[in-house]
Amino acid sequence: MTPAKLDLSPLRRAAAWRPAEYAFWLLPVAAFFLFPKSLALLSQIAITALFCLSLDLILGYAGIVSLGHAAFFGLGAYAAGLMAKYGWGDPLLGLAGAAVMAAAAGFLTSFLVLRGTDLTRLMVTLGVSMMLYEAANKLTDFTGGVDGLQGVDIQPVLGMFSFDLYGKTAYWYSVAILFVMFWLARRLVHSPFGLSLRGIRQNVGRMPAIGAPVNARLVAAYTIGAAYAGIAGALLTQTTQFVSLDVMAFSRSAELLLILVLGGTGSLYGALIGTMVFMAAHHFLSDINPQYWQFWLGAALVLIVLFARDGIMGLLRKLSTRARTSS
Amino acid sequence: MTPVLQTRNLSKRFGGFFASKDVSLSIEPGARHALIGPNGAGKTTLINLLTGFLEPSAGEVFLKGEDVTRLAQHQRVKRGLVRTFQINRLFAEMTVLESVTLSVCERLGLGWSWWRPVGDHTAAIDEAAELLATLRLLDVAHEQTRSLAYGRQRMIEIALALAARPQVLLLDEPAAGVPTDESRELFETIAQLPRDVTIVLIEHDMDLVFRFAERISVLVGGALLTEDVPEVIAKDRRVREVYLGEALDG
Repeated sequence: MTPAKLDLSPLRRAAAWRPAEYAFWLLPVAAFFLFPKSLALLSQIAITALFCLSLDLILGYAGIVSLGHAAFFGLGAYAAGLMAKYGWGDPLLGLAGAAVMAAAAGFLTSFLVLRGTDLTRLMVTLGVSMMLYEAANKLTDFTGGVDGLQGVDIQPVLGMFSFDLYGKTAYWYSVAILFVMFWLARRLVHSPFGLSLRGIRQNVGRMPAIGAPVNARLVAAYTIGAAYAGIAGALLTQTTQFVSLDVMAFSRSAELLLILVLGGTGSLYGALIGTMVFMAAHHFLSDINPQYWQFWLGAALVLIVLFARDGIMGLLRKLSTRARTSS
Repeated sequence: MTPVLQTRNLSKRFGGFFASKDVSLSIEPGARHALIGPNGAGKTTLINLLTGFLEPSAGEVFLKGEDVTRLAQHQRVKRGLVRTFQINRLFAEMTVLESVTLSVCERLGLGWSWWRPVGDHTAAIDEAAELLATLRLLDVAHEQTRSLAYGRQRMIEIALALAARPQVLLLDEPAAGVPTDESRELFETIAQLPRDVTIVLIEHDMDLVFRFAERISVLVGGALLTEDVPEVIAKDRRVREVYLGEALDG
């Protein structure tokens, strides 16, 4: 028997873009024309989607569960805000600064999440984010504390597109950054490095036995995830020209985990779709029932973890295989 | 000839209990070596110590003359010391070809490469496919690992280790739980491995051990009782007393 007999294309072409993906990325374009009055909300969705993507990289691929991911989001938000306040208002420069800042914090704290079970990791990530939150709260000269960081002056994107009142620039800027970062993440998860992260998530005990340095890989994944979160935070600062203390709040971390589970982990698109569904549901449900909208969210969450472990993406995948087998 | 794998007074203590006790073992290149002993004799502990899954309380491990006692597991794998597990440690949600490609990629040092997709690393994929062909796993190459029968999964356990191109391969009960006819086939495959791979085997089925091994070490209570060729081991009175009992009379 020779290997020539085996059709290798399923693995060879695993990273090729699928038609559904092209269609998906037309959604932000369509949304711009369909909901021109909701651009602020749509920008928020793009930013949260990027934030959620960063959690998917560390949880969905490397298997590190976190309840404190807002720490890196917040660091990025403050980094970009402070840079803009003190004269470094170029948006892309701000993103870079935020990424470096968050990556450094991610690298340093990654060593705390290497060991231990999911419970230890939840508590360690939570603890780190609580400390950073209170540090930002206390350093009022620097961060503005509970009053928030004022005087964030953002220059036009690429020196050409200034942030307008209608939020058009903010929207396209957020979507463009989301797309570029998604594209990079997509390359990463389909690479041998990404495969090794999946290996770590699926059987961490086997990886050293095939020669993989597990801890170094986890440090790298956590650092990258933190940088992504930092960029998302910076986008929020730049599009709202303000940093409030709640960028680092626990509720933001918890909500993010919820969104990712809702969308489905380990597919990148689950993070994006989960964010869209969650934010849209939030918007409409809180319109109908401003005080109690979280009731329905809670119900959806319970149903999903009990009956659809792989979230919305899992359901979509099941539907598409069923459609294919029946046709 | 310098031994390819050697231990010197290797011990592992859990509290007051010696799981391994003063084990000095020497394995020649190309050997077909079996470790036998009753349950709890410390066979798996010894493999864990050799591969770095456990840190010894005392003693040293040498690989091709180099002291590897303080090296991490993955560093020993890089130097050619590879193991399989008594209980499968597989990548359940990957296809068979993906998992073996993962192992090949790690050996080729591609584990940090993040730009080109796995599919573009054709050398790695071709090598994985070739390995699947020799192990007669081609028909399930694109199946999810978890969907396979236990016997096939046991074969993947070995495939992942072989993809790391071992110089010394430590097999921890490779046929455990596999139906008899399938375990014959499995051992045929192992027997056909080239002589430049040294094989150390833990196995309970004495038929298989005596057919396969050219040297046998007997462990009892964590310590090495004796080591010799199978014919001598079979006649050794102490071995029969502590371990084999009636098994060889029949």
